This record gives sequence, C-alpha cells and structure tokens, in this order.
Amino acid sequence: MLLIHCPYCDETLPEAEFTYAGEAHVIRPPDPSALSDDDWQGFLFIRSNTRGPHYERWRHFHGCGRFFNAVRDTVSDRFLTTYPAGQPRPALETLTAASEDRK
Amino acid sequence: MSQYRVPGRGRVDLSRPVDFTFDGRSYRGAQGDSVASALLANGVHLMGRSFKYHRPRGAIAAGSEEPNALIGTSRGAGRFEPNTRATMQEIWQGLETTSQNKFPSLKWDVGAVNDAAYMLFSAGFYYKTFMWPKSFWNKVYEPFIRAAAGLGTAPTEADPDQYASRYLHCDLLIVGAGPAGLAAARAAMAEGLRIVIVDENAEPGGSLLSEPQARIDGLPAWDWLDDELAALKAAGVRIMTRTTAIGYYHYNMLALCERVTDHLPSLPADTPRERMWRVRARQVVLAQGALEKPLVFHGNDRPGVMLAGAAQTYLNRYGVKVGNAPVVVTSHDSAWYAGFDLQEAGARVQAIVDTRPHVRDDLMDQARALGIPVRLSHTVTATSGRLRVSGVRVNPVSGAAVGAGQQITCDALLMSGGWTPSLHLFSHTQGKLAWDDDLTTFLPHETREACVIAGAGRGLWGIEAALTDGAARGREVAAALGHPGNPAAVSVENDRPGSGVSQKELPTDRNPGRAKAFVDYQNDVTAKDLRLAVREGMRSIEHVKRYTTNGMATDQGKMSNINGLNIAADALGRPAPQVGLTTFRPPYTPTTFGAFAGYQRGAHFEVTRKTPIDPWAEAHGAVFEPVGQWRRARYFPQPGEDMDTAVRRECRQTRESVGIFDASTLGKIEVVGPDAVTFMERMYTNPWAKLGVGRCRYGLLLGDDGYIRDDGVIGRMAEGRFHVTTTTGGAARVMNMMEDYLQTEWPDLDVWLTSTTEQWSTIALNGPNAAKLLAPLVEGVELTEDAFPHMACIECTVAGMPARLFRVSFTGEIGFEVNVPAPLGRKLWEILWDAGQQYGIVAYGTEAMHVLRAEKGYIIVGQDTDGTVTPYDAGMGWAVGKKKPDFVGKRGLARPDLAAKGRKQLVGLLTEDRSKLEEGAQIVFDPNQPIPMKMVGHVTSSYHSDAAGRPIALALVEGGHDRMGEVVHIPMPDRTIAAKITGTVFVDPENTRLKI
Repeated sequence: MLLIHCPYCDETLPEAEFTYAGEAHVIRPPDPSALSDDDWQGFLFIRSNTRGPHYERWRHFHGCGRFFNAVRDTVSDRFLTTYPAGQPRPALETLTAASEDRK
Repeated sequence: MSQYRVPGRGRVDLSRPVDFTFDGRSYRGAQGDSVASALLANGVHLMGRSFKYHRPRGAIAAGSEEPNALIGTSRGAGRFEPNTRATMQEIWQGLETTSQNKFPSLKWDVGAVNDAAYMLFSAGFYYKTFMWPKSFWNKVYEPFIRAAAGLGTAPTEADPDQYASRYLHCDLLIVGAGPAGLAAARAAMAEGLRIVIVDENAEPGGSLLSEPQARIDGLPAWDWLDDELAALKAAGVRIMTRTTAIGYYHYNMLALCERVTDHLPSLPADTPRERMWRVRARQVVLAQGALEKPLVFHGNDRPGVMLAGAAQTYLNRYGVKVGNAPVVVTSHDSAWYAGFDLQEAGARVQAIVDTRPHVRDDLMDQARALGIPVRLSHTVTATSGRLRVSGVRVNPVSGAAVGAGQQITCDALLMSGGWTPSLHLFSHTQGKLAWDDDLTTFLPHETREACVIAGAGRGLWGIEAALTDGAARGREVAAALGHPGNPAAVSVENDRPGSGVSQKELPTDRNPGRAKAFVDYQNDVTAKDLRLAVREGMRSIEHVKRYTTNGMATDQGKMSNINGLNIAADALGRPAPQVGLTTFRPPYTPTTFGAFAGYQRGAHFEVTRKTPIDPWAEAHGAVFEPVGQWRRARYFPQPGEDMDTAVRRECRQTRESVGIFDASTLGKIEVVGPDAVTFMERMYTNPWAKLGVGRCRYGLLLGDDGYIRDDGVIGRMAEGRFHVTTTTGGAARVMNMMEDYLQTEWPDLDVWLTSTTEQWSTIALNGPNAAKLLAPLVEGVELTEDAFPHMACIECTVAGMPARLFRVSFTGEIGFEVNVPAPLGRKLWEILWDAGQQYGIVAYGTEAMHVLRAEKGYIIVGQDTDGTVTPYDAGMGWAVGKKKPDFVGKRGLARPDLAAKGRKQLVGLLTEDRSKLEEGAQIVFDPNQPIPMKMVGHVTSSYHSDAAGRPIALALVEGGHDRMGEVVHIPMPDRTIAAKITGTVFVDPENTRLKI
C-alpha cells in the first residue's frame, strides 16, 4: 500500500485514505465552445500515459477532502512529490534527488 | 518404537505420543512432529500422487517449499483444508489427514496410466494433443482434463472459522528467525526500538534446529539459541512463529499470515484460525536463508528420494532416520554432512556419490573414518523401486563420456544440487538481482525499499557467516534508525561451511529424450519438456515457463526456477543471466482465502446502510434489496402475496388514494454560498438563475463528454442555498464531481458543498389523497394549487417537526416529499401512517416506485441510461439550457458523434401480443435476417402496468424518435416478440392528475 503525503494536512498517510483523480495540469478551457472538435477531443480524452514521472491528481478523500497534485514514477510506483492544486508543475530535475526521502 | 526413530536426537518429545490418521490408518508420532516427520518415522515415504502423471511421490523437503507431500487435513464439518504441506502441518491428537490425486487408493491409482502415456503429456500438450478429432473436445478431452486437473479437492461446506486482520507498526521487521535474523535483532536492538522477528516455522532457530553439532561462543547450538531467544525477549523483541511473510509491498508494507490454531488439538474459544498482519516497518531485514536445489536425473521423484538437507533436518530436528541404507548424491559439500549424521545415527550409508572430481580433504577423511564408500566424478542415471526407491544406478563420468552403470541397493536417496537464496520477498519489491558466476545463482542486488538481506539469503553459507553477516546488517539498519547498534563477535566450532557446483541435468548414458528427470515436481515438468519448449521456438524464459508450466505451481518455483533456468539457458545456448528469471509474486506460500477475507465475509462483506424508517419496514414484513450500499424495502407482501401481486396492490392503492414511500436514501447535497447559483448554472444543464426561491426543478447532470451522469430534483431554499438531490447510488460520485470542479476548475467561486444524505429522512407521499392527508399536519403553508403549486418547496413545520417540504412527483400523482431531521423520520412516518388509515394508505417499496415512474416515462439513470446517453437521446432536450454560455457537458453535446443521426434513443415499447419483455433483451429491425443479426438497441425497463392495462417497456433503439409506430422485434430463445415503438409516457400524458 502506497504512502501519500497530503500537502494540505502535511501528513504522510496510507493510500486507503486517498482516491486517484487522473492526470494533472489538464485544464478545462474557460470557453469550451470556442474550441475545435480536435482540441476538445484532446482535452477530453488524450492523456500522456507516461512511463516514468507522471503528473497526476489525488484527492484526500477520507481526510481533508482536497484535491492535490503529485509526481509519481509509474515504473517504480514511488512519489517524487505532492503539491497543492493550482501550483505550477515542478521541474523534474528538482525532484529526483528528493525521491527517496519519504520512506 | 519404530526402527526409524532415533532416541536422543531431535527436538520432539517422545514421552508425549500423538496419534493421528493418514488415509484412514492410524499412526503414532511425537509431540513436535510434522505430519511428514511422523510418517517418515513410521517408514512411510509414499505421501501423494503427482498432478499430471499420478506418479507416486514422497516428501522431498522438510519445510514450506515442499512440492509433493500435499495432504488434506480435517477437523470436523467445514474444517477440511486441501493442499496442506505435510512438512508444515504439525500433528495433534486426533488429526485426520488424507492423500491427494489418487483413485481408488494411493498405492494403486488408475490415473497413473498417464505416466505410461507420458509422451502425450509433454510440454504444451494442451495445445497439441487434443486438437483432433474436433468433435472429441467437448465429450472426451475436456471432461477428462477437468476431472484430472487441479490439486486436491475443494471443501464443500462453509468455513465455520473466524479470521482476523491486524495492523502492526514497527521500526524493524526481521523475516526469518535463523542465525542471521537473530544476530541482526541482537545487533540492532536498542531502548525504544520496536523490533519484530517473524518465522514461518513452529519454533525459531532456522538452520540451528538442524545443526545441533555446532558450538557457538562455547555453547551447544541449542543452548546458545535458548539464551539468545531469552535475551531478545527480555529486551522487548517480539518473536512471532508460525507466521509467514507472504508478500512485500510498497513503502515497506509486508503482509504476514499467522496460523493461530491449526496446530492445536482443540480449538480455543473466541480465537481466529489465522490472523493477517499488515505491517509497516521503517526498516526490514530479510534473513530467509536459502533453499536446496534437487539434482535432475531420471527417476529423481521416487518416494525416498529427497533433499539431503531435508534428511538432515528430519534426523536432527525430528529424530527420524529417513532410511537405514541411504545413498547420497550431490554436487555440493553440504550433503556430505547429511551422510555423516545419518551414519552416526546408525544408518548404513551405502555411498556418497559426488559429481565433482575433487572434494575437500576433510570430507574425504571423515567419510573414510566413518566407513562410507565414496564415488567422485560419478553421475546418477536411474532409480528403481515402485512405491519407494530400492536402488540407484550410478555411472562414472570422464569428460563427456559416461561409463557403465552400476546398481547400488538403497532405501533412500539424498540429493543436493546446491543452494538458492530465497529471493521471493526481495523480488516482490521489484528488487534487482545480480548473477553470481561462482555460485551459479542470482543474488539480491538493489531495491528501492528500506531493506537489507542477511546471511544465506545473499549467498553466505555456514553458521558463523550467517551470524557475522546478520550482526553487520543489524548494525546497518540500526544506523539507519539513528542508533549505534551493538557490537558482536562470535566464534563457531563444528561449523559446516561448504561450496559446490551447479548442474543442469546430470549426464547420462541413456536416451535423454526418454528420461523422466523432474525439474518442477508439483507440475510434473521434466528437463525434456524444457528442452522441447526451446526447440519449439520459445525464446523468453517467460514463454518457456508458460509453455511448460515450470514454476507455476503452488510452490512458486521454489525448487524448480534455478534448475529450469540453467536447463533452458543451456538449450538456448545463452548464459543464464541473459535468459533471466521469471517474476516471483506474492504470496510466498499458499494462503487461505479466509486470511485474505478476514472479517469481510457474510453480513460483514460490505457496509449495509439502513434508513431510520428501516425498522418499521422490517416490522411490516418488507422484502429488502440492496441499492448502492443501502438496503431498501422492495415491496411489502401481505400474507399469501408474491412480489407481483404485492406490487400491483401497492401501485393500485397509490394511484387510487395515497401511498407512502421511504425516499431517505436519495443523495442530498447542500450547495451554499454567494456564488451557489453560478455554480449550479455551470454544473447542471438547466438554467437556475431565474428559478425563484421556494421553487424546485428537475436537474440533469452531464459529464464534460456530454453523457448523462445523474439527475434529481433541486430546490432553491434561499438566494444562495440549493437543496440538491441525486440518485441513491450516485450521491458520492456527484459530490466528488462537484468538489472536483469547485476545487480545481473554479476555485474563485465562493461556494460550500455539504453532503446531507444521512442528515435528512425523506418521506414521499403520492396519490390523489396525498394533499388531504398531509395538509392538516403542515404549518407555514397551505397545500393548495395556488399557495403551493407543483414544483414548489418551502421550509415549514410538519407534525411539529422542522421540515423541508417539496411538492414533487415521481409517480404522476399529486406528490410531496417531506424532509425532516433524520432521527425524526420514523416518528413522522408513523404519524403519517396513522393519519393515512382513513384513506387506506399503502406503504410501497422500490419495485412499485419503478412501475409508477415507468408508467410516466421518468428515467432511472443507470437503468435507462448507460453512460453513453445524452439528454437528447433520452428525450429530455427540454432540460438543456441552450442559452447558457457554458455548463459541464455543453461542448461535449456538440461533438460530431453526439449530434449525428442514428443514435440510440429512448422510446416506449408495447408488445403486439401483450407479453412482458425481458429487461436487457436485444432488439432487431428485421427478424428474418441471417444470424448474427444486427442489434439496434435493448430493453431498459419492463413492467406489468395495471394503469396502462398492459405490460409496458422502455428501450433504447437506433433512431427511435423517428420511428414512432414502427414495429421492432425482440428475438428470444423460444420465439421472437414484435413490439411497437411509442412515446415513453403511458399514463396521463396531459399530467392532469398532478393537480390538487
């Protein structure tokens, strides 16, 4: 079972408290009607399916209830970092060193 | 006493005899025996038949890696357990055990004909042998394979035992209580550190239990062990025996299965049979030791052929000679000691046969001193004996040449092909392995987990090496935990370090294509099968594994994987590390379903939510159904009524007078805040800005893809306050979706969302007399058409209780939904029930609710929609606020596919012959087209309707809205039913009945 750090509660807690919520930084356009079919399809359906560090969303469902972002390595299943929703995506170079911290 | 029991040896208590049965025959063992050791003490080697060829088999090992000696154990009704390893099951007075895979008896088995026909059952035989004639598959081959397949017999009765689940948090978890594990604990222990040692055996000690000859720090090994265990316990170290670490999961979580009662003669009260521990450890030491490899030669599976290390364990731990005239065959030093120990215990070792040309002088000297004949540079080419080995054929080897065979008579054959570190748990962590050329095996290399390996688990042999390495690793993890660790220096006398060489199949002078040289005993895979797989094109070890099933049995390849790899690599002409190892997966040993299920069985399988009115329904004979973790009253049968009659009565009385319905399970969300209306405008398809306070509206929720997700009536209680209802099953999903948009897309909106599902009891009153019944109880509003019209809502008082009253209808009748604080629900229900007696009130359940709503064409999301239905498909374009600039799903609805012609649309169906359709039945336009027919939709809802005077149905049909009046066909197994497409409203299309 994964251990996940909730950036709002500032606690590292078991996966059972959290729910996965898909890829992060997929922003709903302010005026969807202005989008072409292709662009709307991209927003709705197309995801990066990354092998390696993946920006993704989690919700501390059975805790504070907040959605937040995380970088998780999809190969090792280890979290590199978590951060509040709305913050820009952290650069990967800054993360790899810290990746082994939260054991 | 049996001639195989050696007094003065072993840890069993001969003064405490234990009687048990095997295949109905009674045997006597001693306290401390396993089933295997007790049977061996009685001279019984034949313990089972093999899976595929039904070959007679005996115990080959002494521990959990045993592939052959699988037995059934039973202790009364429901307590039968198949596939128990006889080497692990402790005996107790009265234990009943049975052998497996035999018919009619273990000694005379008809399935053994497979053995004679073994050429048919070679690798991949499923794919080849049974292909022709085709007609034989159903009637001959498949029934035969099914009857022959599987290990043991599944129990037929429910398991009466309890199983427990626990969490455990510790600083250091040590897996394996052998010398390395104990030394690690000793070196790491410190004030305040929580250290746990687990071991799958009945007592701690590991290899020390089999090596009493060693002296550690001047003490005999077993005395040293006693002192050490006492010291560890005194220091607060927790030692858990009969507890198997079955899996190693992310972030140092390990699962342990503790066997609590299987070794006890009588079951203590209130005690679980097994306990599953989920352990989160800051640091882990894996000190699981190593597993001995068999040698691969023709006849290496005959009862009496066993691992040398196992024979040593049976002798030294259990006081049992596995034979009086054993032969040892080995490529590793360790087996020599097994021969020495047996000779000293009174057996006459017929020969020690070593494949190597040179062996350490001290071993040669000791063999000579004990009078044991030695043959170096020899191979074994065959064994003889029907139900037990009676002889072995050995041949000299010189280079590639195998000389003439010579027969040696024996009653046991002890083999050793060297040792393989137990890599299973380490592999569960995705740990990387490194090939060691000297040991010709994989060793643990790197893992991301906070975990170190100690002792034989990383290729170190001998007690001193294990103790020294264990201590070093213990200090290493202590440092990681912020402690200095404890110094340790040990001296070990009579240690037995050793080395050896690794073999493929042993060389033979016979046709290797006819050899039955087993690699995987449990799945009956031979060396020949592995080579055949490579010849037939399997290149990856994963393919070889699946084609031959090598390593796929319940022993998880504990014995077979490295031998299989060596042989496959040789056949492929590639070095072993390039061929690689297949993946080990949890659980380490077979684990009961009960241990995994724990408390989650029967009524505790999942949560059952009950409304405050549920006890009333139960007292009034309701039949319940589960809906989204709720249990809801489905119908209220009166004496003699079946479901159909009860539902018809409930519908009729509701439409004639008044019905009362517990709608408390409806999801409820309070949407509050200055921006609440903006939020609602963006979430739901409907316009909300102009909805007045005190009015409610049917709301439709889409996903951004344009498909219907949920629906429900939403009331505006105040400018910035909405009372949102959702479907019963969709409440949590809708809440999550709303939170998602609010938190991440529109964090600027000032809105609060609160789930209030369980805060309200909701009682629906429907029928022509609903207003008359309710009006006298309501304070704050007149229940007239003018003061409180259809789709009005208000906060008022009902029967003296604070209430939110909605005038809504899910039946087409005059309808109200009264929400009161949940604890008051039952009281209000009873007040309404009493007051309704004068009108002949009826309580109706979900089944009648479904009929009543279907008669009016009201959809159930998830029944009449399936996640690919748009509001337009459902005929509810009227609910879409087309003038709104945006809402969730608006852009989705404009996707070309969603606007295309020919989509499946919701329509009504009336059968021509007035029969009731089956929900889920497929629909076609042309019943005479060839099979497979083109399916154009399916029936989503179907009921008998008294109000319509006939059965009615709703269906999704391609282009259905443009096909009104057309006839479609529903092919059923016995006939094809014709039905006419109609609108979805079957009763009162003008809604005249809604008026008070």
